[in-house]
Amino acid sequence: MADPMRIRAQSSGDKATVRVLMSHEMESGQRKDASGKTVPAWFIQEVTAKHNGKDVFSAEWGPAVSKNPFLQFAVKGVKAGDKIAVTWKDNKGDTRTDEATVS
Amino acid sequence: MNKASSLAVATALALSTMPALAQKTASQGIDEYRAMLQDGNPADLFEAKGEDLWKKARGPKNASLEKCDLGKGPGVFKGAFVELPKYFADTQRVQDLESRLVTCMETLQGFNAAEISKTAFGHGEMANVTSLATWIAAESKGQRFNLSQAHSQEKTFYEVGKRLFFQRGGSHDFSCASCHGEEGKRIRLQDLPMLTKNPGDGVGFAAWPAYRVSNGQMWSMQLRLNDCYRQQRFPYPGFGSDATIALSTYLGVNAKGAASVAPAIKR
Repeated sequence: MADPMRIRAQSSGDKATVRVLMSHEMESGQRKDASGKTVPAWFIQEVTAKHNGKDVFSAEWGPAVSKNPFLQFAVKGVKAGDKIAVTWKDNKGDTRTDEATVS
Repeated sequence: MNKASSLAVATALALSTMPALAQKTASQGIDEYRAMLQDGNPADLFEAKGEDLWKKARGPKNASLEKCDLGKGPGVFKGAFVELPKYFADTQRVQDLESRLVTCMETLQGFNAAEISKTAFGHGEMANVTSLATWIAAESKGQRFNLSQAHSQEKTFYEVGKRLFFQRGGSHDFSCASCHGEEGKRIRLQDLPMLTKNPGDGVGFAAWPAYRVSNGQMWSMQLRLNDCYRQQRFPYPGFGSDATIALSTYLGVNAKGAASVAPAIKR
């Protein structure tokens, strides 16, 4: 089971800024270990976000994104108390969803 | 693949405000880059893990660390970081945050302290010690360093640390002071703080543990010192050894009054 994400969502006006920190190795598949063997690629492929259950964000990621990635985006029509849920899915099929309340 | 630059690009895109490429020095550029990353410091992830590890019942004795005495009484973690290393009566030695955590893991949870100290950084229980240290440090963010020099052992450790700081050796005839004993020195683009006096808020001793973006690792003070010795081509000092704690005492006492920014983020 992957470690939890840190999600912060802050509203100002009718917009909310969402900041997400994900815990992931994000192996590019280009690196070699001490014995010279390629470290297999292992990275987040899909990221989606829902605002009160409705899709508001989706992204396809590749191996060029850094380890423990940080993501920030803005969502319109959000007020304090709403729920923002973020889900990622990696190339091994592992997935994680975390939810935050907009402040 | 340069992971650091890809994160910089990702962050820059996410913020959608690239700073204007005006005339500025390289170190200003690095400061801007760090400021951009500060908002999403992955040290947060290690902090969360450390807090969880503190509260969770683990180890052969299936106990939490909530009764651990970090110098301010059992279970008190706020403000402990800025007073370490200090002398502990129960172990009869001066200990820094990490060696103290390992002591607690042994006495409260039943882990084998010698076994943990031999584990490589970033692996097994050693990774947990680093996460714990990150969280404890974060709980004292903004507080000012104020190490005790009341006990004779603490004074001895300071003096020994000072000697070690200036002790030259290894194939390059280096000492800590070779890089950190003068103002205005740098390695490549990294400014090197002068550590024989208080280098200021959030610099030097007041900036570790820190997350290293370039390798995606969380670095504790013990690992920082370990790597300083590697760069000097010295043999690796033992984890939690008197030498590393003496150096930490020297740096910590010198940093008196400096505000802690740990966990910081480094390039």
